[in-house]
Amino acid sequence: DIDGVGPKYHLELVLEDIVDEDSTVNCTAEVLYHLGNKNIAPDVQFTIEGELKNADEADNIFYSRIKSLENELVAENIPDSHGHVSPEMEPIRLLAWVASGYVMWQNSTENTKFQFAQIKHVKQVKRSDEYLEFDYMILLHEMVSQEIIPWQMTVLWHPQHGVQVTQDSRQPKHA
Amino acid sequence: DQVLHIVPETFQQVQHLQHLCSSLLLDLWKPLLPEDIWAGEDLHIRVPAPLVQEVKDSLDQHMISYKVLISDVQELVDQSMRRERTSHTQVPEGYVYTQYHPMEEIYQWMTQIQKSNSELVTQHYLGKTIENRTMYYLQISQPSDKTKKIIWMDCGIHAREWISPAFCQWFVKEILQNYKSDPKISRFLKNLDLYILPVLNIDGYIYSWEKDRLWRKNRSPHMNGTCYGTDLNRNFNSSWGSIGVSYNCSSEIFCGSGPESEPETRAMAQFIERKKSDILCYLTIHSYGQYILTPYGSTTKPPSNSEELMRVAKKASAALMGKYGTRYEVGSTSLILYSNSGSSRDWAHMIGIPFSYTFELRDKGSHGFVLPPDQIQPTCEETM
Repeated sequence: DIDGVGPKYHLELVLEDIVDEDSTVNCTAEVLYHLGNKNIAPDVQFTIEGELKNADEADNIFYSRIKSLENELVAENIPDSHGHVSPEMEPIRLLAWVASGYVMWQNSTENTKFQFAQIKHVKQVKRSDEYLEFDYMILLHEMVSQEIIPWQMTVLWHPQHGVQVTQDSRQPKHA
Repeated sequence: DQVLHIVPETFQQVQHLQHLCSSLLLDLWKPLLPEDIWAGEDLHIRVPAPLVQEVKDSLDQHMISYKVLISDVQELVDQSMRRERTSHTQVPEGYVYTQYHPMEEIYQWMTQIQKSNSELVTQHYLGKTIENRTMYYLQISQPSDKTKKIIWMDCGIHAREWISPAFCQWFVKEILQNYKSDPKISRFLKNLDLYILPVLNIDGYIYSWEKDRLWRKNRSPHMNGTCYGTDLNRNFNSSWGSIGVSYNCSSEIFCGSGPESEPETRAMAQFIERKKSDILCYLTIHSYGQYILTPYGSTTKPPSNSEELMRVAKKASAALMGKYGTRYEVGSTSLILYSNSGSSRDWAHMIGIPFSYTFELRDKGSHGFVLPPDQIQPTCEETM
């Protein structure tokens, strides 16, 4: 506990590549929660011991495929009720999962545990520059309250420039 | 056709296996060539149906132990080709345990299971859901003149946790398929009766198939039908309404208007209460998270037999991990997960059932509730 600020956690964890489970890398992190103001995301400092696996080839294939689509990509319910994701949609799901990590981080407190549940809807937004833009409506699962929370997020991505969430907003649960 | 898993122990066994493979032209899946068969190494052989008995007899004669890795290769091939679900699938002879089934099919399955295993299985009425659907449990019991202790297992308290009813069905199938040949299972059944409830929250389960895949609660109407559902696992009479709940119907952890306010809860509680002096173990199956949870959720004060509870749970977790390396964390809910009151597991322990556990099955969150069907088999096998 850091007096006056909040609890600090020291973590040692192992990162595992989603696509290649045998590829792992050690990581240490420090997380500081702000007791006083719950609206600030926790501070996170981390060090990765080693290098993350290179995904350039898969990234470029995905990038070219989307760039060359005549019509904007539109999809819903990924995965479907039975857990299936078509191979073409797998990168769309992974992108949503990564981007949702940012949203979760920004909205986490010591008493929340978020998981990515599903893409309800995704629509590509065509851009004149080199970035890909997707407008997602996703569902997050919060463990403690067991709530399913719809969340809208606008995601920018480029193979060399990485992921950015430019806009996000929590949506009301449709009663 | 079957695929057998053998780990030869001696050089003689290796030689015999090599001889068997070459003389009967058996299909080696692992390793690829007979000359690569080694003592201490995994061997997987596919044996064509007409030769299965002969091969097994030969293995028995040479004291080579084996396990059936795949009991029906054709079935596996068929299911891997099946993508679309037809609405009229049917009997357990063709019942696909590695796919998720809607409630209608589960009802048919129960009837069929009793019919084809009537010497062991009886289907019993438990009660009605809020939407007036009938809840049944299956009793697996070997006839005997002595009263036996009971192990109760329920699945499907939470609608969206589809892997849970899938596990209950798998469990029943495994027991019925292997009770004659597996010494562990037949010893079990000599001394214990198994009571299995494949789906408690039937209305919720149907709703998750038809309307909202991530629905959790039951479907009881509140506030003049403007809000639906009580969390059945907050509705039991164990420190009801005290912690880890909401009194608001719009919440996923709404505990209901009072303990056992829901017909589903009441039906199960009344039955278990009646039989409690004979019930040795209460198991309730959920997902996800990969935990084996012990009482209590409502307090961190440990239960009276907590050492024994933990010891048994740790053994279960180790056995589970032995199968595919999957890690299940063991501990009391209030310590390793979160606080909650009104859970069925806490209640079962409080009324005197010594062993009470919640299993949270796969995974750790990458698929969460929407676990793909190709994980049904490994999840169920390791949990077995």
